[in-house]
Amino acid sequence: MAIAERPPPSAERRSLWRVLLWPSRNTRPRRTARVPWVPIAIISVIIIMAIFAPVLAPHSPIDQTLRDKLLPPVWMEGGSTRYLLGTDAFGRDILSRLIYGARVSLLVALLALTAGGGIGLTVGIVSGYLGGAVDAVLMRLVDAAFTFPAILFALLLAVTMGQGLGTLVIAISLLLWAPFARVIRGEVLALRQRDFVALAKVRGCSAARIMLTHILPNVLNTFMVLVTLNIGVVIIAEATLSFLGAGVPPPTPTWGLMISEGRGRIADAWWVALIPGIAITLLVLSVNLFGDWLRDRLDPRLRQL
Amino acid sequence: MSDTPSGDTVLEVRDLHTHFFLRRGVVKAVDGVSFSLKRGEVLGLVGESGCGKSLTALSLMRLLPKGGARTIKGEVLLGGENLLERTPAEMRAIRGRRLSMVLQDPQTSLNPVFTVGDQLREAIERRRKGASLAEIMKEAVAALRRVEIAAPEQRIGQYPHQMSGGMKQRVVGAIAISGEPEVLIADEPTTALDVTIQLQYLKLLKRLQAENGMAILFITHDFGVVGRMCDRVAVMYAGRIVECGPVKQIFEAPSHPYTRALIASVPKMTGTVGRLTTIEGQPPSLMDLPKGCRFASRCGLVEQRCLDAYPATVQVGEAHTADCWKVSPS
Amino acid sequence: MSAAPLLRVEGLKKHFPFGKGILFARILGHIKAVDDVSFEIEAGKTLGLVGESGCGKTTTSRMILNLEEPTEGRILLDDEPIHDLQGAALRAYRAKVQAVFQDPWSSLNPRMKVGRIIAESLIVNGWGDAAKVAARVRELLLQVGLRPEQAEQYPHEFSGGQRQRVALAAALASRPRLIVLDEPVSALDVSIRAQMMNLLKDIQAQDNVAYLLVAHDLATVRHMADHTVVMYLGKVVEKAPTAALFADVRHPYTKALFSAVLVASPVGQQEEIELRGEVPSPLNPPSGCRFHTRCPYVMPRCSQQEPALREVSPGHTVACHLFDATSP
Repeated sequence: MAIAERPPPSAERRSLWRVLLWPSRNTRPRRTARVPWVPIAIISVIIIMAIFAPVLAPHSPIDQTLRDKLLPPVWMEGGSTRYLLGTDAFGRDILSRLIYGARVSLLVALLALTAGGGIGLTVGIVSGYLGGAVDAVLMRLVDAAFTFPAILFALLLAVTMGQGLGTLVIAISLLLWAPFARVIRGEVLALRQRDFVALAKVRGCSAARIMLTHILPNVLNTFMVLVTLNIGVVIIAEATLSFLGAGVPPPTPTWGLMISEGRGRIADAWWVALIPGIAITLLVLSVNLFGDWLRDRLDPRLRQL
Repeated sequence: MSDTPSGDTVLEVRDLHTHFFLRRGVVKAVDGVSFSLKRGEVLGLVGESGCGKSLTALSLMRLLPKGGARTIKGEVLLGGENLLERTPAEMRAIRGRRLSMVLQDPQTSLNPVFTVGDQLREAIERRRKGASLAEIMKEAVAALRRVEIAAPEQRIGQYPHQMSGGMKQRVVGAIAISGEPEVLIADEPTTALDVTIQLQYLKLLKRLQAENGMAILFITHDFGVVGRMCDRVAVMYAGRIVECGPVKQIFEAPSHPYTRALIASVPKMTGTVGRLTTIEGQPPSLMDLPKGCRFASRCGLVEQRCLDAYPATVQVGEAHTADCWKVSPS
Repeated sequence: MSAAPLLRVEGLKKHFPFGKGILFARILGHIKAVDDVSFEIEAGKTLGLVGESGCGKTTTSRMILNLEEPTEGRILLDDEPIHDLQGAALRAYRAKVQAVFQDPWSSLNPRMKVGRIIAESLIVNGWGDAAKVAARVRELLLQVGLRPEQAEQYPHEFSGGQRQRVALAAALASRPRLIVLDEPVSALDVSIRAQMMNLLKDIQAQDNVAYLLVAHDLATVRHMADHTVVMYLGKVVEKAPTAALFADVRHPYTKALFSAVLVASPVGQQEEIELRGEVPSPLNPPSGCRFHTRCPYVMPRCSQQEPALREVSPGHTVACHLFDATSP
């Protein structure tokens, strides 16, 4: 027995906010990070808020009570327990608008990720597996999509099609599909080299069958990781577009719209813009942390994403 | 080799234990390995995948893989000093100079963004501090010439991808021996090479060894390579050396049932073509080792005492030992 | 050789274009991976295809599997050319010619249960209903020495040797007449190799299936193959019944290969031909005999004239100028 006992090499560098979010109790060496309970809790709360908005919201998110306008949150001088997070310039309850706003954010995220992610997944698989001319054409399309001014296009869409959820979803899907397609295609190129794909051909599988039964199940992990890592992107895009007035039209509350409406009063009534801002930050941070963890669990090769 | 190695031991490993500490349990990958290596000798460490032979080598180099591997017990004596007590800085000075290593895959052993000359220079500079660049490059060319690379002056400016696998492995060899190490650990250095290139490489290693008298620990799964290269063999099974002895004796009169079965299962180039002897079953899980002999579950000669306790090491011949209840001392 | 062969390969060539540029590639030359290869495989027999990496043995096997189109030449199964098969005829060919590859870690889809992997060719060929397929899978698992209930497990629960058995069961499912075995044991541990080789021989005896064994290990070929073809840089250099070849090696390259085999014994090696240098690039192969740059018996004409395959004894052919005079 002649070995100096050194601390195990588990003291991996952890960034400050990670330590704050879930302080480490054990120092055992480990492969993957611990389950991120705090982010999961935040995401769950927001999802529950969105689903049960009519039950949870203390006030209507739309009705204006002008005599109560610009009340500060409850913990501040002049705040009222009637409006826990204060009110905006039209006297609407910020908490209620926040709760209803979560609906729009999550609905847009769900629809845009399904549409954009689905297109990207399909293009990536077809392009990567078939290769050749199909691949060349599809990948040039992807390149074009990357140079596409999505915000400008969304504004254009809003003008021609009118503001609304549909416009928002189409605009964000167009922003999303290209990066999905590129990552999935890379994955498929590697999979195509695996012997089981050649063997599937030898067994008599058609190209469509190989893509569906052999390629697709093997890229689903990557796809799920991409989806979670992109939830944040979508929420921010929705907020940006709503802020610019290309999103869901007022008075329907969305977090981006709330920031937009509050920005003029940032000096005297900062809470109107800051509270939805904090909500966006918390949600995006949580889904990203959750996405990081999921990626490490499912597919450590994707670390560079 | 014609003359037997002289008596001076350069490397001695005593009761080495390297385990992986995982959440699921402890993997006893190296579990009580002892052997010694004399100057100018080639010791083959043979075994199947997962028997712990590569981890033994990494334990000697003190280069354990990340993820919970720790050497918890044992001694590695290089020229009498215990490497396991050296500081990381002292180990860095020892690696490459006194103890060197060649790995299986020449593709990953060389850095693709540096020329062969740069990578050799790095090794030579550490040893010859303050030498001029011209001197170092001259030495690098000489090192390539020693491993029989044609036109070394041109090769020295090339990148690894411009070379074939065999050539790259020679460069790896040149780097490994540039520090004139006392012991070279070769971990399956020819597995990735074609058969004719493998033979060239093995002959080269033999010639280099004859020149500078280094000792080689040759890790392989191939008994053919053992026959060509080694003076002595140690056969590993499930984390332990089960038999160790001179090559001739191991081939002609293996004592341990595992060694016997392993040699019998190799298809031969001569004799009648018949059914091959097989070893049924699987090696035991290193996380849940039996208390008795580790080969007992697959052994044809198994008895109750084999299941009850691990057999003591029996001296079956001159410098020939086996861990088996069924062998009798010479 | 009385009956017609099962598979005939005639003058097979595969040249891969080699170019530079991304959008509008200029073709600079061709890599002659396989260059005029012919051989036959008899029903129920094993043909060994031996050579070092880059000799074209794997490309040849991929053309037989219809994964690669030949540049020239034909492959005939039961006298039917295989490369213009379409639709149902192609599926029927695929059912008759199957494969087991070297790497058991890459050849099974990690997201599929083993039973489903084995049933693949039955499912795509509409072989029968679910119960019938399940019964066949059970039968196959038993045939390769696994347990029927293992059909419900995923590949990662198996060891390398067991995975190779699964791969074999999947290849056997459609009752093929020929299985291409591309280095089927070289990724396995020594003690597992013998099990696999015995199993392959047992199955051949039971099902009368022919094997094309692509291998670099001569001892494996000796134990498995009835005939052996030796390739070097895309060419066949020697072809003979295995027993005849091992008794009397003729071509200098084959001799060198035999010398390089390391025998598991400490007693000295036989006459040794150590080859100098490395295999030349197939992009720019040597003129004349492709082996002349490394051959210890090289003669002036070797660099100018390409040697033809000549019969040196019944069934034993060699492509080497050394045997020009002795041939009839």
